[in-house]
Amino acid sequence: MTLGARRVAASFESLIVTSTFPRLLLDHAARRPSAPALREKDFGIWQTLTWSELAALVRALACGLAEAGLQRGEHLVVIGENRPRLYAAMLAAQALGAVPVPLYQDAAATEYVFPIGNAEVAFTIVEDQEQVDKMIEVRASCPRISRIWFDDPRGLRHYDEPGLAPLDALVAAGRAWDEKHPGFFEAEVDKAKTSDVAALFFTSGTTGNPKGVVHTHATLIDRAAAGARFDKLTADDEVLAYLPPAWVGQNIFSYAQWLVCGYVVNCPESASTVTIDLKEIGPTYYFAPPRVFEGLLTSVMIRMEDAGRFKRWLFDRAMALARRVGPALMDKKPVGSLDRLRYAIGKVLIYGPLRNTLGFSRVRVAYTAGEAIGPDLFTFYRSLGINLKQLYGSTETAVFVCLQPDNEARSDTVGVPIEGVELKVEPSGEILVRSPGLLKEYYKNPEATAEVLTADGWYRTGDAGFLDAAGHVKIIDRAKDVGRIAGGDHDGALFAPKYIENKLKFFPYIKEAVAFGDGREKVCVFVNIDLEAVGNWAEKRNLPYGGYTELSQKPEVSALVKECVAKVNADLATDEKLAGSQISRFLILHKELDADDGELTRTRKVRRGFIAERYDVLVDALYGGKSEQYVETQVKFEDGRIGKVAATLKIVDVPTFAPVGRAA
Amino acid sequence: MVARPTGEVILDVHNISLRFGGVKALSDISFDVREHEIRAIIGPNGAGKSSMLNCINGVYQPQEGSISLRGQTFRHMNSRQVAQMGVARTFQNLALFKGMSVLDNLMTGRHLQMRSNLFQQAIRWGAAEREETEQRVVVERIIDFLEIQAYRKIPVGRLPYGLQKRVDLGRALAMQPQVLLLDEPMAGMNVEEKQDMSRFILDVNAEFGTTIVLIEHDMGVVMDISDRVVVLNYGRKIGDGLPEQVRNDPEVVSAYLGTVH
Repeated sequence: MTLGARRVAASFESLIVTSTFPRLLLDHAARRPSAPALREKDFGIWQTLTWSELAALVRALACGLAEAGLQRGEHLVVIGENRPRLYAAMLAAQALGAVPVPLYQDAAATEYVFPIGNAEVAFTIVEDQEQVDKMIEVRASCPRISRIWFDDPRGLRHYDEPGLAPLDALVAAGRAWDEKHPGFFEAEVDKAKTSDVAALFFTSGTTGNPKGVVHTHATLIDRAAAGARFDKLTADDEVLAYLPPAWVGQNIFSYAQWLVCGYVVNCPESASTVTIDLKEIGPTYYFAPPRVFEGLLTSVMIRMEDAGRFKRWLFDRAMALARRVGPALMDKKPVGSLDRLRYAIGKVLIYGPLRNTLGFSRVRVAYTAGEAIGPDLFTFYRSLGINLKQLYGSTETAVFVCLQPDNEARSDTVGVPIEGVELKVEPSGEILVRSPGLLKEYYKNPEATAEVLTADGWYRTGDAGFLDAAGHVKIIDRAKDVGRIAGGDHDGALFAPKYIENKLKFFPYIKEAVAFGDGREKVCVFVNIDLEAVGNWAEKRNLPYGGYTELSQKPEVSALVKECVAKVNADLATDEKLAGSQISRFLILHKELDADDGELTRTRKVRRGFIAERYDVLVDALYGGKSEQYVETQVKFEDGRIGKVAATLKIVDVPTFAPVGRAA
Repeated sequence: MVARPTGEVILDVHNISLRFGGVKALSDISFDVREHEIRAIIGPNGAGKSSMLNCINGVYQPQEGSISLRGQTFRHMNSRQVAQMGVARTFQNLALFKGMSVLDNLMTGRHLQMRSNLFQQAIRWGAAEREETEQRVVVERIIDFLEIQAYRKIPVGRLPYGLQKRVDLGRALAMQPQVLLLDEPMAGMNVEEKQDMSRFILDVNAEFGTTIVLIEHDMGVVMDISDRVVVLNYGRKIGDGLPEQVRNDPEVVSAYLGTVH
């Protein structure tokens, strides 16, 4: 029996959720009243809020909100960074049977109009002046907003806006009301059922309006508990809450799992102090998207460049050893005793101090998700002995679908389905998931709900992937983008453009890539070089160039990119399903793909269809077997002027490899 | 923008004349500053703006005229005495201890409030330790206010210029002054840094009620944030009033604004 199948079978033992979030809070407050629940660095000192203090704060806020007229089932918008009082506000809303709606704190005011209107929001609790200003702006189009409370009064002293009040006033009013209505709070908490709606998360749709994902106490708590059991999280863990609270991942890691496990959530002093605070706290459980790990690695490398020659030599030696031995040690594979000894010395001299500088000294479990992570980046952290793993999930699945077990982390899979999860792959390649953590519905959007939830309770993830031989799920692309090769030697082979593009983009010299191949006999790609990286590379080789276009067409640069593409092909050849989609030909585009020209989305995703149309001459040349092609393109400059870029682009053939079985 | 209530005259400059040998830096200047207001002093290079600030500050002793702060008139007072009366300032070319951390620089701003002696401070004993904690509380509030938490332990010399300016403002604020003199707080800054600094100046004024006298070259900034403006040219006052009045005064336009635009 494969590992994956065994884990899927274990799902039937899944525990039944019997509690709600406010109930969990009161349990912690009763069992461990003086244990820390939240810490926030304020005025240079970590200030602790214990479970009993937090419960008292939530009680006051709930009573205040009740007095203000918040009804069961109504929505309360919460906007701000991770702040203890905003967390308390979400708990207070849930205690009353109302639904907290966290929204992204960095969104523009206009982006709030839809969710606030859609959820018929009257009450809002926001962090500071910046958010209050946005709420006042939104009020023009959402007149239903009647109250705005703010956490930080700075700069708001002289505001004269109806319904605007500090959170302190709400707490004070709540305390007074609580005294007059003893027993009210407990009665309200007891009314809550696990099937009640607990939170509404708006997902940023790539097209159209965002959709409100409805989760109940049961869905969130079930997944939070399953994840906690998987990684054996306890009340002794420490978490740093620094990602937007409106994002479901942040909500799971530092709200749902926090209440389930009772560990400590630490709120940084400000967005700019996160790295300092990370080092001070030394979290044991950590989450970050790949770009954060990449940023940390870059800062280490830049500082090493400035170090003395001996230190650099030592660092390079130690890291070479770590890359060779570290991941094997992490995966509990056999390692020679001499290497073990060398690694132990490296740990004292380099790895330990480096982990400490990064703030990862105590990390027991670290996750990355959201986008593909480069193998080198992933290995760097694992080789230092940091237990970095990947997970798979989305807002709709309350995050936890697949997780990587401690000794089975790989950069190209997302782990095994965890307890409670059933997973199947459609013939089209789309992954379907059934688990107790699935969304209840999209708020007021039955058509969208029907699109993703099948009658027998499966959720369509929209992602294409498969289970590999070890039972790990491998995600290759969005299902709608996956195609098939037609004709030629690899007729019918799976083609996942984003998978190929990501592999290319892991090379520092390649900034963007666009892969074509659906319904064609072979795969061809457009490449954008990274001007900075390739520019540096060219300077070291005394290659003169006048700009992007000239640099991109240098024969030396072509050869450099060809090497990268060949490596990707060698890698693809080892893949069970994608060996047939190796890259046959490529060209380097004469201009950088730009959102202003409509070639990228604002979040820098390539718009493949648009690019194929715009550069149809180039696509024809790639497939027509030409060795070069002249092209002229209109571009929009940043100051709004329109210009023209023209060049003759060389088309390069790349060797492909015969498929080989995966080396285990 | 939010209206700030301005109060009584807090600082009265009366017929000030300042000479360096034969050079007349200031001649017969009078103006007043009301409590809680932001008062700008503008003028072309060499108009005597910094000299005016140095007179208020006690760095220069004017040969004629008097300055009164809250009705207390002084003619010969040194800068320490002026500081003790609640006047703090920042400098055009920064006056920070470059090798010291942001935190330590701000702590120097609390020096006047320290009562313990050198010996006690050296061994950090008894009153000295308690005092340092008290002063640190004040300084931490300023760090929070100016949003420089990430730079507490970093030597000031390593910070970018715009941040150094902010630390300079913080050091002056650490004195918890009633009157804050700012000598070109936005010199050499880009648009974004200027916006930030303007925001901080307005916030200081609104949150702490601090009266602010500032010298500034950027007319946009002056017109936006100040309540009243004094215009100097060749050591003489040629205009005084609300920003709109000053902007439309033909003499001011020809002397100053005209040459800029």
